[in-house]
Amino acid sequence: MGKPDAELDKERRAFIKKVLNGTIAGSLLLVLPMPITAATPEFPEQISGIRGKKWDMFNQRFAFIVDITRCIGCGSCCVADRREYHVPDGYYRTWVERYLKDFNDEVYVDSPNGGLDGYQSPRTDIDVEIRDTFFVPKLCNMCKEPPCVQVCPVGATFKTPDGFILVDRERCVGCAYCIQACPYSARYLDPVTRTAEKCTWCYHRVRKGLLPVCVNVCPTGARKFGDLNDKSSEVYKLLHEHEVLTVLKKDMGTYPALYYKGLRREVV
Amino acid sequence: MDTLNFVFPNDLHVHWSMMIVLYPYLTGLVDGSFIVAALYYVFGVKSLKPISRFSLVFALAFLSCAMFPLLLHLGRPERNHNMMITPSPTSAMSGAGYIFTVAIVLIALIVLLVYRPTLVKLRNQSKGIMNVLYRVLTMDSTNLSPESLELDRKIIKFLVAIGIPVASVLHGYVGFLFGGVKANPSWSTPLMPVIFLFSACVSGISALILAYIVIKKLTNQPVDVACVRTCINVLAGFFILAFSFEMLEVFSHSYLKTWYHHSVEGLLNGPLFYSFWVWQVAICSLLPLFLLGWLCLFTLKESVFQFFAAAVSFILLLQVLFMRWNVVIGGQLMSKSTRGYTEFHPEWFDKEGILAVIVLMSLPFLVLFILSRILPLWLEEESISS
Repeated sequence: MGKPDAELDKERRAFIKKVLNGTIAGSLLLVLPMPITAATPEFPEQISGIRGKKWDMFNQRFAFIVDITRCIGCGSCCVADRREYHVPDGYYRTWVERYLKDFNDEVYVDSPNGGLDGYQSPRTDIDVEIRDTFFVPKLCNMCKEPPCVQVCPVGATFKTPDGFILVDRERCVGCAYCIQACPYSARYLDPVTRTAEKCTWCYHRVRKGLLPVCVNVCPTGARKFGDLNDKSSEVYKLLHEHEVLTVLKKDMGTYPALYYKGLRREVV
Repeated sequence: MDTLNFVFPNDLHVHWSMMIVLYPYLTGLVDGSFIVAALYYVFGVKSLKPISRFSLVFALAFLSCAMFPLLLHLGRPERNHNMMITPSPTSAMSGAGYIFTVAIVLIALIVLLVYRPTLVKLRNQSKGIMNVLYRVLTMDSTNLSPESLELDRKIIKFLVAIGIPVASVLHGYVGFLFGGVKANPSWSTPLMPVIFLFSACVSGISALILAYIVIKKLTNQPVDVACVRTCINVLAGFFILAFSFEMLEVFSHSYLKTWYHHSVEGLLNGPLFYSFWVWQVAICSLLPLFLLGWLCLFTLKESVFQFFAAAVSFILLLQVLFMRWNVVIGGQLMSKSTRGYTEFHPEWFDKEGILAVIVLMSLPFLVLFILSRILPLWLEEESISS
């Protein structure tokens, strides 16, 4: 004999209740924001010793080293940078210059579109025999005595205690004094925000233990970034071994934290 | 295209354009006219009496418009107050707002005190809204007793005396804004504030002479030639100083032959050849130098003197404009790559374009016209009305 009607009704009600609860709970799961860490995969740490530790703002030392002898002028770094920051056309947070030298020691430099398209073909406008050629990537020098920070009238450009020069675009008045003051022409006035912009060495990535994007994509290891407090890091070793490292425009007295390996005297 | 020319990718843009040419030009006019006022009120050069009051009102009119080019230039002008509320002490630029405020308050105070007897008189003659305005401007005081006027005279002398360093700072400071940029070889020289200051005096005195003669001719009033003669002498003195320093700067660099010089040499002999050597130096400096010598050293017929005084003033106004252009725009044409030069093409309808320049240059004259309706510019007008 089957169950009485009243009991069947009870079971049906319980079943409907369960279905309803499930539906509501499921919908809520879809609607409610989830913690990012749970939703995105954890990228492997690229700068060791940063994750899982409190960021000691006052005891961080980073260095950027560009190895001229390795750069092949592919422009990947420029493309990655443009994608990371949506840099408007005609303005550059980083760029790559091409140097050509003829047998009379005449130097020809160009950087069409900041090297963004890569140097896929030789220069056609020069009719001389070329003796030597090399590429020079450029970016913010993160000076220890930054002239841009000195001249900013409102403190919108500032140096963080961990050594990065950043721009607060909520405070910048767009006077362009910092652009005039930067000896490396690493800054520009963003035509959209009408405030000063520049390379940050991907500060947001570094704080998460990730390398700057340009370093990350460089296929030849021409761009190196690392923690100087970590004695096993490549930059620490390069800076403390018998390598010849130089900085740009030393006479400006800006003390850059960006070093060049194999830099040639023709480079300004 | 020159295959050797290489400009850093971000240096293709000239970020400080015509508004930054205009700003030092306007403050320069203020400085120069203030010098004339100072010569009369502090140093007692009596022959300058006919234009003593005019020079102050002229300075006030131009100073009241001096900040507009800066506001037009800023990418985010709505945040301009941050420069005064949260200034960065290390920045040369953060002083601009304070120095400007001190200067304009000082000149306005001097104008009110100088005009006080006139304003009291006008207050008694006027009705309605003008009467209210004159009451405000006289601070509701009608006291014209000899003691009170003597006190006024002392205060004016004191304020104008303070005004001299303030005016010098106002403009020397503008020069320092450029002189303090070590990244630009054509700017970073300790001579920059000095050059700016003297050329400011030149432009201001020239503007005053030209405006005085033109206004007098247009309104069919007699020109006080003795007064113009004194102005021309003072102008000659300041111009010799200004031009000497400008040339000294070029000469020292070309003699020292440092790395800097090689970049600046290419700039002056290349993209700036016409605007610097031909216009600023040959046409607008050497020519007026001879004209000024002629005007100062020889006794000329009054009509000839007046004509050439006006002409030389006009040429010198152009000289200072060319100088500002060559420093501000010219300095930025040189890329920090030290390997090439960019180009500057002014636009007509840009917010920093040619039309904006024309409007901004007309604005001080409009202010001057409005001020002249409230504050009679000439002493003769006053004696007729009273």
